[in-house]
Amino acid sequence: MSHSDSNTIYVSSNVSGHFPGGIHPPERKTPACNKPIRSLPLPDELILPVRQHIGPSGNLLVEPGQSVDKGQQLTEASLSLGLPLHAPTSGVIHAIEERPTAHASGLPELTIVIRPDGEDRWGNKHAIPDYREVEVSRLLELIQQAGIAGLGGAGFPTAQKLAQQKPLRHLIINGVECEPYIAADDGLMQEYAEDIIAGVKILQYITHCDSVLFAIENNKPKAIDAIRAAIGDDSQIALKVVPTKYPSGGEKQLIELLTGEQVPSGKLPMDIGFLMQNVGTAYAVKRAIIHGEPLLERVVTMTGDAIAKKRNVWALLGTPIEHLLKESEFTAETKQRVIMGGPMMGFTLPSIEVPVIKTTNCILAPTEEELPAPGPELACIRCGACADACPATLQPQQLQLLAKAKDYDALDEQNLFDCIECGACAYVCPSEIPLVHYYRKAKAEIRNIAREKAKAEHARQRFEARQERLEREKEERLERHRKAAEARKKAQAEKAETPGSDTKEKPESGGKSAAVAAAIARAKAKKAAQAQKADEESSSAKGNES
Amino acid sequence: MSFKIASSPHGHSQHSTSSMMRWVCYALVPGVLIQSYFFGFGVWFQIILAVITALLAESACIIARDRPAMSALRDNTALVTAILLAISIPPLAPWWIIVIGTLFAIVVVKHVYGGMGQNLFNPAMAGYVLLLISFPVQMTNWLPPSTIGEHSLTLWQTLHTILFEYTPAGYSVEQLRAGIDGVTMATPLDAIKTGLTQGFTLTEVYTKPQFSFLAGAGWQWVNLGFLVGGLLLIQQRIISWHIPVGLIAGLCVPAFFAYLFAPDLMAGPIVHALSGATMLGAFFIATDPVSAATSNRGRFIFGMLIGVLVFIIRSWGGYPDGVAFAVLLANMCVPIIDRYTRPTVYGHGERK
Repeated sequence: MSHSDSNTIYVSSNVSGHFPGGIHPPERKTPACNKPIRSLPLPDELILPVRQHIGPSGNLLVEPGQSVDKGQQLTEASLSLGLPLHAPTSGVIHAIEERPTAHASGLPELTIVIRPDGEDRWGNKHAIPDYREVEVSRLLELIQQAGIAGLGGAGFPTAQKLAQQKPLRHLIINGVECEPYIAADDGLMQEYAEDIIAGVKILQYITHCDSVLFAIENNKPKAIDAIRAAIGDDSQIALKVVPTKYPSGGEKQLIELLTGEQVPSGKLPMDIGFLMQNVGTAYAVKRAIIHGEPLLERVVTMTGDAIAKKRNVWALLGTPIEHLLKESEFTAETKQRVIMGGPMMGFTLPSIEVPVIKTTNCILAPTEEELPAPGPELACIRCGACADACPATLQPQQLQLLAKAKDYDALDEQNLFDCIECGACAYVCPSEIPLVHYYRKAKAEIRNIAREKAKAEHARQRFEARQERLEREKEERLERHRKAAEARKKAQAEKAETPGSDTKEKPESGGKSAAVAAAIARAKAKKAAQAQKADEESSSAKGNES
Repeated sequence: MSFKIASSPHGHSQHSTSSMMRWVCYALVPGVLIQSYFFGFGVWFQIILAVITALLAESACIIARDRPAMSALRDNTALVTAILLAISIPPLAPWWIIVIGTLFAIVVVKHVYGGMGQNLFNPAMAGYVLLLISFPVQMTNWLPPSTIGEHSLTLWQTLHTILFEYTPAGYSVEQLRAGIDGVTMATPLDAIKTGLTQGFTLTEVYTKPQFSFLAGAGWQWVNLGFLVGGLLLIQQRIISWHIPVGLIAGLCVPAFFAYLFAPDLMAGPIVHALSGATMLGAFFIATDPVSAATSNRGRFIFGMLIGVLVFIIRSWGGYPDGVAFAVLLANMCVPIIDRYTRPTVYGHGERK
């Protein structure tokens, strides 16, 4: 083999390179990954949901009618997991309103709408050509302020992921774009390999990690060549070429593939000394630090047979999918599906008016012939194809039966929550059972039950606390009364003993008559007090009138 | 433009349940052709009768259970059950045998338990066992293979025998089974069983005309035919290798050691592998996914269990073959096999 570079390791020939299950769906990446990444004309509107990542949304910094520069901050992150949002180009804030966004539910979210002015005028940029002169904490702050969330899919804020202080064995750079059709990372690696490696070095500097595993699937030869050239003779970065299999790019699967280790259930890769970043994220980090540019655009693969110009495009965040489709010569069929993401894990869009967000890597518009809609669901024949395909070694057929039976305890026992929803099981199921759909539903129901349980528990605790308080108050009242009565008795007894008092003559019946007398006196005093009060009130009322 | 909302994944592999079942039918072709060459046209009549009965019974059940009929009929599972049962019974068995067996398999074993995917037992083998217990005479009336048999029936003679239990000339199947010397020609496994009980050694039994250079005359070729079809199924990824290999190992490994210790009393591994329903059972019957274990480890254990049971029944049991009983007994063990062969889920194992 001509690949003799010492830092290129072909995992396929390596003992550790294996994870169970997985599938080999047709790749269909060629039309997009062989063309240069194109920039598109500006759309009429940029639609920017204020929340585009895992975590809370930021506070608004702009208002309708205001002009903004390219890169100007639109929101300010309030909480630890928050990220700011920036204007992808210069223009005017047209509206701040609820709009449907790129989410499977299609529920409207708070959105900033910008009308571009066409000048693409940059605001201030704080470039740091030599990051080594800057402290790590400052770099993390800059990455956070640049609004960078993991561009691989989940959209976890990058600075937070980097800031976790645990000893790191390997920094893993994920260039394993394993879903069919998607070629965004492939294109980026081919054309921007130098920038990606520069970003990787910043990440390395931040994490103090001297071992980087750069993983690419072996179906991307051009990307492999480009990255190998960019790594050069850097001995700290090892290029690992992994076999083509879905889902090799899943975080947990890639870790197993590269190291033979598994992330314990419920733990993070960080807990066993790994940190994974997507190549797109590494690129964004480089732009943010060295050029001072926040995350404003990303590579999106436009593909599927309903699209004539299949290719990778640079899409500004907020670009309506409709605009991308129009620029790519899209012809819809009846009942057209438009998928955000790939065919395995992407979701169908409720409308094409939704925008590109930070995690949008692909717009797939397949024809019915290309990706036929699923047929009728047949009964499970326990063929076990799903179990053979499951990369998490779950028993999908069992989970499906249990999910249908709503046996949540058994689902938990069979580790439903370790399902990564990769869809390999449903892909191979000969009975076309939408397995992932059942798992999602069951997971949602279990979460709901847990929430209801917590709520009921909270209500119970509140009720019990109230009962206890009422009881306590009652006892305290009784105790007060008892003490008062005792005090009175004592007082009277003392009074009776005092020489020269009114009751001195009749010591035997004195207790009773004295009590009566005292009661009468109290009543008189009360009456007098009331009368006085009434007088005061009426006089003050008169005073107000006058 | 209307948008269709669908749950991921949006693609699907080419294998469907009905195409898998169709492949099983294709893979049966070599074995069935060889079987009809050695044992006459009866095989085809039995298959036709079984398929008609199965499709009618399946339709009736689906209509009675108020399910969509076409998608259920198109899944081809009833077809496979019917063919497997039809090729398991003697080709000249009277017509009502296969009808009763198929009805029982489809109506009771399959639909009473909830239909496709729900049956605990392999329908074809449950049907076979019902017939074997209820009609032992008709179920053991195998003709000798045409290469050594005296009579070779024409199409019409075969049909007449299946319909009326006598050939047009008035011979019963029992009479047709008589060999050259007038002695009833038992199947090879039968001959071994009877021979041993009569005090013959196996070497003496093997000199009978039922045996040829590998195992039973005719039977060895039928088994090789099913082996070829089975390998095709593995190559097409319709079945995994675990059950067949487990079964053959479970049968042949004990047979090998038994043969080493008592070559005069115990049939050797090759005789076991190529007699009776071994290959049909290994590749086509035990591999019925519904009633087999699901994990690969479980499948191997399930197959081994069947193999060992077949060896035990053949060697010491009351029946000459035993594949059907072994499969049903192993079916009963599937839940416990599945329980203890469940692989460790990602992230739940020991840290390496």
